[in-house]
Amino acid sequence: MLNETYLLLIPLLPLAGFVILGLFGRKYFKKSSGIIGTVLLLISALLALYIAYGYFFEFGKADGVYQKLIPFQYTWLRFGDSMSIDMGALIDPISVMMLVVITFISLMVHIYSLGYMKGEERFSTYYSFLGLFTFSMLGLVMSSNIFQIYIFWELVGISSFLLIGFYYEKPSAVAACKKAFIVTRFADLGFLIGILILSFYAGTLDFNTLIERFTSHSSTEFHLAITSSFLGISALTWGMILVFVGGAGKSAMLPFHIWLPDAMEGPTPVSALIHAATMVVAGVYLVARLFPVFALSTPHALELVAYVGALTALFAAIIACTQTDIKRVLAFSTISQIGYMMFALGVAKYGGEAGLGYTAAMFHLLTHAMFKALLFLGAGSVIHFIHSNEMKDMGGLRKYLPITNITFLIACLSISGIPPFSGFFSKEEILLAASQNNQVIYWIGLFTSGLTAFYMFRLYFSIFWNKTSSSLLEKSHGEGGFAMSFPLILLAIGAAFAGFIPFRDFVTSDGKPLESVFHWQFSILPVLMGLSGFFIAFWMYKKETKLPGKAAALFGGFYKASLQKFYFDEIYLFITHKIIFNLIGKPAAWFDKNVVNGLVNATGNTTQIFSAKIKKIQSGKVQQYAVYFLLATVLMAVLFIYWWK
Amino acid sequence: MLQPGLYHILFISTALFFIGVYGFFSRRNLISILMSVELVLNSVNLNFIAFNKYLWADKLDGLFFTIFIIAIAAAEAAVAIAIIINLYRSHHSIDVEEAEQMKY
Repeated sequence: MLNETYLLLIPLLPLAGFVILGLFGRKYFKKSSGIIGTVLLLISALLALYIAYGYFFEFGKADGVYQKLIPFQYTWLRFGDSMSIDMGALIDPISVMMLVVITFISLMVHIYSLGYMKGEERFSTYYSFLGLFTFSMLGLVMSSNIFQIYIFWELVGISSFLLIGFYYEKPSAVAACKKAFIVTRFADLGFLIGILILSFYAGTLDFNTLIERFTSHSSTEFHLAITSSFLGISALTWGMILVFVGGAGKSAMLPFHIWLPDAMEGPTPVSALIHAATMVVAGVYLVARLFPVFALSTPHALELVAYVGALTALFAAIIACTQTDIKRVLAFSTISQIGYMMFALGVAKYGGEAGLGYTAAMFHLLTHAMFKALLFLGAGSVIHFIHSNEMKDMGGLRKYLPITNITFLIACLSISGIPPFSGFFSKEEILLAASQNNQVIYWIGLFTSGLTAFYMFRLYFSIFWNKTSSSLLEKSHGEGGFAMSFPLILLAIGAAFAGFIPFRDFVTSDGKPLESVFHWQFSILPVLMGLSGFFIAFWMYKKETKLPGKAAALFGGFYKASLQKFYFDEIYLFITHKIIFNLIGKPAAWFDKNVVNGLVNATGNTTQIFSAKIKKIQSGKVQQYAVYFLLATVLMAVLFIYWWK
Repeated sequence: MLQPGLYHILFISTALFFIGVYGFFSRRNLISILMSVELVLNSVNLNFIAFNKYLWADKLDGLFFTIFIIAIAAAEAAVAIAIIINLYRSHHSIDVEEAEQMKY
């Protein structure tokens, strides 16, 4: 049976790491904080694996359907007899899978950082922040209550802020962490309003009860939520759209994607953990968690999810083709792949074979975590060696970084969808699900997969083949130690073989396992797209040629726009500076300074003027006092004699 | 010639009273102020005796109260002189305009 202590320990061990290393690390654990953090996380990872094994193979199923178990729940804040914010854990296939993914990737990042961040002065602070982040993310996936997930959502945002701004002396890092926090906070406003709408109509904040009330089309709550409408859209749809807006902010979907490329200012292992494998999939997880409501009760909101995901995937892939900073290429690649996951969820239906998109999205989440973390850690290895992020400083590094070379190649093959690597299996399932439901999205996904292969192999060839960068090699020191190579190798094994996990047996939209069928004929087209992207990149980038320059000239203005990330940052800055600051900010500031402050100052000034006039009565002259005394006596006498009866 | 009645004596005592009050407001010398206070007290004495003689001739209440006032006036004058002496010690003057420090 499920061991609740072990379940609770999984998030609490990293939290303990945060507290201990945060409070005492500077003084007592200067060198050993890395080991402490890693050991705590190793135990967490093993516990997660143990629980996952138990859930999937021993007690998770009842009558062949995976159950949503709630091992414990504690009522925290009560708002009346039906609604309360509880703190509890929800165990179902996706949360168990996420526990394994998060702890495993976090463990890899902890081990890698032993080598990468060695010699860093704030070593213990770094590990305490990593512990805080891991705790928040684990709490997020285990939440049984929509408000609890919001609490952990914000905690994840804070941890991300702390980690991106780790090098706080660099102004660009400070700007980046502020931008990440503000953009995601802005999206979280939508999330909060969505939570309020949903909980108002459902009368509860608990996930299971909420989903039950909104998916049974005969319940009173569902009826009320569907019929009350605002601007022609029902209240339930508004609630789901707003919740998706919150998810879109955290997952860097189209209008909110601006923070992710800038977040690369943080240390590279942080980028691997947060911005590749865990935090950015929080939005996907949220949509998956509320998937029954999306699929059964608000199909239009699900359509919105699908189109936003598909457009984001295409858009980010186009930008990634022109970027020169290797971490930016990987950031846009992440945005694109999460777009894949979103539209896979968007085209799925609830139950049976039509719910394939759900399984495909979660499968892609797993494989993406592996190969994206591998790509980022490999990029970290390259940056550690060359001390630069730009592709023009690199080239021919395969001789100096053999392990990084092989593992990076495996990750690139995986992400391009080349069989038999894991990315092929998950991407093929996504495209299959799309082709069965929405042709437009299918063709967008297919074209984007070609672009993905192209820009990934452009990156690979520019770093490891192409020219030989001689200038920076004099001060080089070879591959980073065992601490940096070991995670690369482990992740490469995962990226290579995770595709063979029979995912459809474990994670499906309604809990019933699906038949694992392999569609040979269907996979031909995606693989062809991947291979064509590979060959074009091979032709253009393996040896130093003039072809990239000619291609840039061919696309002209479109190339420039893509290089400048389609001017999104400039547009947003324009809107905030010229419109919001001038039209709303300045008048509000004027009002506050002049009217509100003015009123308070006027009260004070009036009192002062009045008092200056009256205080002359107290003159210190006794005879004057005597006059007032006499006058008052006369007055009182008159009053008493003539008026008081 | 007119018999002196109650109103005549009351007139005198009222006049004395207001002369005393006026003296209290307008004199600069502290001793003069003290003298004006004595004038007020004595006018009140006159008032008491007048009422006693003309209204309640067979009682002696007014007489007793008058003697009280004389005794108390004497005691009060002693206290006042003591205060004036202390004031002189700090200000070296018995001008009441010099003692206006307790102001805003």
